[in-house]
Amino acid sequence: MKIIVAIKQVPDRDAPVHIDAAGKWIEEADLEYTLNEPDAYALEEALQLRDLHGGEVIVLSAGPDRVATTIREALAKGADRGLHILADDLASRDAFGVASLLAAVIKQENPDLILTGLQSEDLGLGQTGVIVAELLGLPHATLILHVEKTDTGIEVKRELEEGWFQTIQLPTPAVLTIQSGGSKLRYATLMGIKRAKMKEVKQLAAADLAPAAAPTVVLEQLSLPTKKISTQMLTGTPKEVAATLVEKLRTEAHVL
Amino acid sequence: MSGILVVIEQRPGKPANAQIARISWEALAAAERLGPPASVTAVVLGANTESAASEVAARAQGEVIRVEHPLLAPYAAEAFIASLHQLIQSEAPTYVVLPHTYQVRDYAPAIAARFGQVLIGDVTAITSAENQPPIFTRQLMQGRLNGNYRPTGSGPCFVSVQAGAFPAVTAPDATQAAISTFTPAIDAAQIRTRPGAPFRAAAQAVDLSAAQIIVSVGRGIRAEENIPIVQELATALGAELAASRPICDSGWLPLDRQVGSSGQTVAPKLYIAAGISGAIQHLVGMKASQCIVAINRDPSAPIFEVADYGIVGDLMEVVPALTEAVKAAKQ
Repeated sequence: MKIIVAIKQVPDRDAPVHIDAAGKWIEEADLEYTLNEPDAYALEEALQLRDLHGGEVIVLSAGPDRVATTIREALAKGADRGLHILADDLASRDAFGVASLLAAVIKQENPDLILTGLQSEDLGLGQTGVIVAELLGLPHATLILHVEKTDTGIEVKRELEEGWFQTIQLPTPAVLTIQSGGSKLRYATLMGIKRAKMKEVKQLAAADLAPAAAPTVVLEQLSLPTKKISTQMLTGTPKEVAATLVEKLRTEAHVL
Repeated sequence: MSGILVVIEQRPGKPANAQIARISWEALAAAERLGPPASVTAVVLGANTESAASEVAARAQGEVIRVEHPLLAPYAAEAFIASLHQLIQSEAPTYVVLPHTYQVRDYAPAIAARFGQVLIGDVTAITSAENQPPIFTRQLMQGRLNGNYRPTGSGPCFVSVQAGAFPAVTAPDATQAAISTFTPAIDAAQIRTRPGAPFRAAAQAVDLSAAQIIVSVGRGIRAEENIPIVQELATALGAELAASRPICDSGWLPLDRQVGSSGQTVAPKLYIAAGISGAIQHLVGMKASQCIVAINRDPSAPIFEVADYGIVGDLMEVVPALTEAVKAAKQ
């Protein structure tokens, strides 16, 4: 099975969030970047399928130079090769624009399966996988926890709301967006990290794949959320705040 | 182009007068902010939509369209995409408003793409100034930021709204909206996916909804071997131990202790969130709690927005101190 996993590099979850001077994005200078967590689960699912059935896992990511480290990280975990769409202008492309870039590369590779995380931890749009399927004319399923190969294609376990699940059968090629938690993530081994340095990462220029069309949705202004209720912030040493909190929970909130 | 379509989601298997998911009434309310309520057309899709459509007609002020076809139940993305695509082409609305459910997330991005547009998803607020196109607010960075989005496309504008963000519409009067039927041209060969019937995982061993006090733990715990620290607080309080999704994903606590959109919904007297940042998926499961305490290292964590009491600090230091204080108070 030839599997492409579309991954995204996102700011680290614990990174400080400071809105930049233009008010359109966050200060990038001090940010550390990491692999988007749902994409890590998509990669894990792909690696398990390959380990069982053979074939190839290709990681695909779009972004500036710094994205190369995240592609290497995926190669160290076991992906076979990487495709890097070099693009410095992703912020000016909407979800359709980014999906167009990915779809153009996927079409050239002609894989059996395309996996990606169900959403990114920074923009949280949760649309890229579905748009890629639409652009390629392929069937898709979202919020997938587990994938099994069948004689005619694949069978997937999809998460529904409130603790329900569903099984869906799809022919291949197909696009799946993967939900977190379906399996345990593997770590890169020392050997894996060493091997990753030898693996091929092909760079592709965004401009050659899909022209940067005018976006249909524009992020105009970022702001910090305003508090809906008045939160009492307790300060002091751990011992002091603990004592104050217990007192307040007993005499003010009457819940202890 | 004019008018607003709002897609109503049903809850299969519910009684005749309760087939509409609450979030659909909220989507209808959001749609009525984008234009005169009489210009809002509610759309119900399915194989047998008669009773659902009349439930909608009691609350809708505009018209109701039944998009009816045997292939529209059970839900399959390709059938919904093709049918709504045909309906939208025929109605040419300015806006298409949807509830931001798992099902909508599965098909709406593809319909928008088919029109060369991008869905503005999970919207929490709509602001409109006179003679200005509306601004749609949605959350970014796991709820740590709000972003204001302006549609600039020429086609219909697709918007999905977050659960709980808009007050649901109530029945305006005794009049019933007019109902018409739209029959999409779809055939079985177009639908390549084979959906199975919904099923539940093994019976849940823990019913968190009955707990008076819940101590809930998130990523701030950092390692599985630190779990006893929060367990001790739970024991001291006579509380149930719960967790946010990442803790259960990692297998540090069983799945039946997960609170949030994919786990249990709780509303205890006291909810202590230790090391939980407060992504919307978690908040929807616990924000109805009577009293919420948040302990987090990050002062900008969204959990503080719903907390009554907040402590900025490392749970590894604060929680043991709290356990001691609770024990001391009980003596």
